[in-house]
Amino acid sequence: SVNPDLASERQMASFSVEKLTAWLDGGAEHTRMRRAVVEAIERDPVFSRENQYFQSQNERYEAAVRKAVHLQEKMHEMGWTENGPEFKYIYRAVSGDIAFLLHRIFMRSISVLGSDKQIAKWMPLATQYQLIGSYAQTELGHGTYLQGLETTAVFDITTQEFILNTPKISAMKWWPGDMGRSATHTVVFAQLYVHGKCYGVHPFIVQIRSLQDHSLCPGITAGDIGPKMNFEHIDNGYLMLQNVRVPRENMLNKFCEVQPDGTYVRWGSQKINYFTMTTVRISLISDEVVIPLMKACTIAIRYSAVRRQSKLKPGEQEAKILDYQTQQEKLLPQLAAAYAFHLTNNYLQELFKKGYSEIQKNNFDRLPELHALSSGFKATITQYCTAAVEICLRACGGHGYSLLSGLPSLYTKILASCIYEGENTILLLQTARFLIKCFMAASAGQPVPPSVTYLAAAKPGKCPAKNKLDFLSPDIYTEAYQHTAFRLISSTAAKLQDLIQSGVKKHDAWNQCTVQLVQAAKAHCHYITVKNFAETVEKLETKAGIQKIMKHLCDLFALHGIFSNTGVFLHDGYISGAQMDMVTALYLDLLAVIRKDAVPLVDAFDFTDKNLNSALGSYDGQVYQRLYEWAQKSPTNKQMSPAYERYLKPLLHNTLSKL
Amino acid sequence: LPMMMVNADLRRERAAATFQPELLTHILDGGAERTRRRKEIEALVINDPDFQHEDLNFLSRSQRYEQAIRKSSLMVMKLREYGIADPEEIYWFKSFVHRGRPEPLDLHLGMFLPTLLTQATPEQQDRFFMPAWNLEIIGTYAQTEMGHGTHLRGLETTATYDPATQEFILNSPTVTSIKWWPGGLGKTSNHAIVLAQLYTQGQCKGLHAFIVPIRQLGTHEPLPGITVGDIGPKFGYDEMDNGYLKMDNFRIPRENMLMKYAQVEPDGTYVKPLSDKLTYGTMVFIRSLIVGDSARSLSRACTIAIRYSAVRHQSELKPGEPEPQILDYQTQQYKLFPLLATAYAFHFVGAYIKDTYRRISGDINEGDLSELPELHALTAGLKAFTSWTANAGIEECRMACGGHGYSRCSGIPDIYVTFTPSCTYEGENTVMMLQTARFLVKSYTQVSSGQQVTGMVSYLNDLSRQRIQPQHVAARTVTVRINDPVSLVEAYKARAARLVEAAAKNLQTELNHRKSKEDAWNRTSVDLVRASEAHCHYVIVKLFTAKLSEISNAAVRAVMTDLCLLYALYGISKNAGDFLQAGILTDAQITQVNQRVKELLAIIRPNAVALVDSFDFHDVHLGSVLGRYDGNVYENMFEWAKKSPLNKTEVHESFHKHLKPMQAKL
Repeated sequence: SVNPDLASERQMASFSVEKLTAWLDGGAEHTRMRRAVVEAIERDPVFSRENQYFQSQNERYEAAVRKAVHLQEKMHEMGWTENGPEFKYIYRAVSGDIAFLLHRIFMRSISVLGSDKQIAKWMPLATQYQLIGSYAQTELGHGTYLQGLETTAVFDITTQEFILNTPKISAMKWWPGDMGRSATHTVVFAQLYVHGKCYGVHPFIVQIRSLQDHSLCPGITAGDIGPKMNFEHIDNGYLMLQNVRVPRENMLNKFCEVQPDGTYVRWGSQKINYFTMTTVRISLISDEVVIPLMKACTIAIRYSAVRRQSKLKPGEQEAKILDYQTQQEKLLPQLAAAYAFHLTNNYLQELFKKGYSEIQKNNFDRLPELHALSSGFKATITQYCTAAVEICLRACGGHGYSLLSGLPSLYTKILASCIYEGENTILLLQTARFLIKCFMAASAGQPVPPSVTYLAAAKPGKCPAKNKLDFLSPDIYTEAYQHTAFRLISSTAAKLQDLIQSGVKKHDAWNQCTVQLVQAAKAHCHYITVKNFAETVEKLETKAGIQKIMKHLCDLFALHGIFSNTGVFLHDGYISGAQMDMVTALYLDLLAVIRKDAVPLVDAFDFTDKNLNSALGSYDGQVYQRLYEWAQKSPTNKQMSPAYERYLKPLLHNTLSKL
Repeated sequence: LPMMMVNADLRRERAAATFQPELLTHILDGGAERTRRRKEIEALVINDPDFQHEDLNFLSRSQRYEQAIRKSSLMVMKLREYGIADPEEIYWFKSFVHRGRPEPLDLHLGMFLPTLLTQATPEQQDRFFMPAWNLEIIGTYAQTEMGHGTHLRGLETTATYDPATQEFILNSPTVTSIKWWPGGLGKTSNHAIVLAQLYTQGQCKGLHAFIVPIRQLGTHEPLPGITVGDIGPKFGYDEMDNGYLKMDNFRIPRENMLMKYAQVEPDGTYVKPLSDKLTYGTMVFIRSLIVGDSARSLSRACTIAIRYSAVRHQSELKPGEPEPQILDYQTQQYKLFPLLATAYAFHFVGAYIKDTYRRISGDINEGDLSELPELHALTAGLKAFTSWTANAGIEECRMACGGHGYSRCSGIPDIYVTFTPSCTYEGENTVMMLQTARFLVKSYTQVSSGQQVTGMVSYLNDLSRQRIQPQHVAARTVTVRINDPVSLVEAYKARAARLVEAAAKNLQTELNHRKSKEDAWNRTSVDLVRASEAHCHYVIVKLFTAKLSEISNAAVRAVMTDLCLLYALYGISKNAGDFLQAGILTDAQITQVNQRVKELLAIIRPNAVALVDSFDFHDVHLGSVLGRYDGNVYENMFEWAKKSPLNKTEVHESFHKHLKPMQAKL
């Protein structure tokens, strides 16, 4: 039975939850398909995550391998294929708790970087799991800065082989998933040397374990890198190579080749390859970042509607903690952010789809813009959502700290997204470089890409809002964001120029401005997010029922951003002190409005209880019973701890004589 | 340590420092003699083979609990053997034994025994204290329930007095009333001090404390009527058996109610306690410990991140030159140095509260409670402010270490998961901020009605003067000197005054519109929290600034002045909106502040490593491969990884169980 405190929340909904779910999925038919996939997976006991919180690293790893193997059978049974429409829902259904994700990166890198001949040789083996692949790029000493990698591959003309080596400890491959225990092969990125000359980093297929008994190949040292904050189910690994020889044909050679005589040739454009790498950053936003935030919001908001604490009015029942303004101020902006970034993701997907078709026509004009957007948004969204999940965790007080709440695992997993696929600060600086370039171009009257046209049309002036309600106009707040982004970009560009003109070397000037550059890049992404949210809501006009609530969320997201960054908006007086008071008052009013729909708004994300795997966030709101039941299952309660016999007993009985 | 073994980068960093780290260590410890004694105790523990064990990162929860219990029992015996009895020295000893982590006897030593001392009658002390001291009785303190934490009045456990048998009948009437979270309750303790609503003669007399036996002495089996166990895995606290406790008509003798203050007579007559302000004392004490803990946890994270950033080289700053230390990047300095300054600020705040508490606890014993309410209000806010800031700061340090920070070998994940619950326990932070706000609003109301207020809130007195001469606010704009800490204290003071006033006025407006006080309070609570934060921020800047004049060594004072300026200016930069909106600083001044922050980063850079060395964490205590004193990071990461449980066998059993069969099938 559903907890009456949740049931009453659902009766108050101002919109159709089912309609909103369908809209989030991109249509009711997608919702149906997603639910069918989720149901098929959840019905199968092999995919159960029931005891996950009690398992050791070894058990988690084994379960992930078992699931990955079983998934092959399941897909066959259900008629799902890797290219089919159901595939994207599988990952959501298993909550990413599965091995061989790097195997897929291995395959992708061969299909992107390999010649037709190489694809023909390796892909069938990989598809049939005759080998298990990994992707070994990061080293102990180097991550995002790829040119710094130290692994070497020296061409030996006499045997027509490459000799791979890990010349020093910092060159050891470190972190690649599936490599610690599972992989038989991996794509190793190494500095290519021919006749003593270095040609930079290139990919090589290297076998690391025997296909017969899985033992390590000669010259290979590999293993697991040890416990991490999360990803216990993944065997992130290390790899050391000592004079490991691979045939010349194992260098992936779609774009370049070392010929038998040692001649290095390069052909074709690397740009398409560059584009593929860029899309990886975009592809992780939905599954690894936005969905975890949606889950965290679901758990925290449902729990806040069930948890009662202290009294708001004397003599009444204790109040739901969701009725406290401070709790609303913690959670509702995060809920709005989940919707905002879901829409930003749609916007980026659309943009990249268009970009891809252009690139296939050999038009690379939009590439710098797409690259800048993917870097900036990967950084902005991962950082924002990671902080948001942590807020949800802490908003659940003590019970949020229990693993059984599901929140600690969501947090430790999402925060890894701030590091992988490019460290966020470095990515933001890449976006900033693009913005500065565009600003210079715009100032010189040259054309700029569509997403930055505002840099050419700066409108100095003041925010025109006269009263509080004017701030409900998307034009008013979008302009404010635009103005701020423009100001931060232009003032940083001016400072850079000043420094350079005063004789500071270019790279020094750049380093001296990096704090501001990062701020400018974030402001740009924040502006685009608000603008896209507002535009999407405007187009919703026809979809009766959900438009109103989405408009509220859009307003909240935008005003929360101003409220949390008052200094930036007040700085040049664009928003006045009096206007800022209006923003604050309106923002707090909106919290109370959205409060009424908070539970329906998380219901619309449509996570099953099994998928949430949270004692606090279940649909029925039976929080305390579930916490109690789940705790009993803890191994600490099943086994008599050896600690009692070994230490406690002597302590309780014999210490007296010793003291 | 022989210099040869230390990483060359770190050696250079240390040689370039402009001050002697030992001198700063002495200041943090409260004198050279304290440092000497701390290191003596540290050596006693670290060189003791009994306290050695495998790296905890590779142990299961059960194994970690077992290690902790083993060390705790040894610790209790050795403390007595060495005759260490000073509370601070016990704290050091314990912290070295458990390497800054919780342990199952924490509640016994930190709550059960002290509560017996302060709340038990002499007869009760005779019955319970010596057995507890000798660990025949191991106790915990069972307050929090599944349904209620900080809001104590809401607790549901009942203790009903039965005059016929002269017993209390304890009950957990609902699921939500099950005791949940108390440390050491799950598996370790055989007794608990249980907080329950007392019912006698048909009336509820509110919360009282009862000594409840929960496990059979001898067999350690739960007693009939008692359901007790472990609450399962948590984010951290693996070595602690946080527990649950459900009581069904469980009877204890009348004499088991702690009756030094309130009493229930044999016939059931209730005798009221004299004053409830006394409990403030304990709360102030524990919250002051959390402020110190915020400082220490953040210092540990800073030590790791800054040493690692001096060892790690990446990318290029100047074309053609070798890869620079990542500590040379402005963005990295901007992440770490303000946190380093914050760690120092919090150390001084923690010391201040401890000293103040010590000073006035003498007065308390003599019945003078006049200073307690302000100190209570202040520590509530500072507990919240410092634990929130440290919590976020630890994560920032971890992120600054990139991918390797995510590995448990960095030690930062552990610091974080161990520290983060302090935002919740001993008073949920938002609730704490609102308690401080209540005091601030009360003081503001006093000033408005013409009374003067004293202590840290005395700046509110100026508000009434400003109302007569409003030009004071405008005049202030030009007087802030951004290179003078004393002037910055004034700026923070003005900000606090402005936000307290705004919140108080908004509250009044709400009150004018609504009947319910609570409702009006709730509708102003976001403003109220902001006001409290501004007040705490002011107090911290003020205390840090005041500390500077106490530092006699010129070189140390110079570097601490830089840090103090950085702390104050960074805070202005991050909260520029408040200073702009209140007219305390102009746009141009904010731009100067932002610029000055970046200049200070460069000024502090040469002393960064020495400044974390001054925290003087032993490698064993730091527990980090990235933060090692010798900086030999990569070699030791490899050594560490080899010990991972997944590496126990060359071929993992999953290969035979799952991979091989699949390959055969496909």
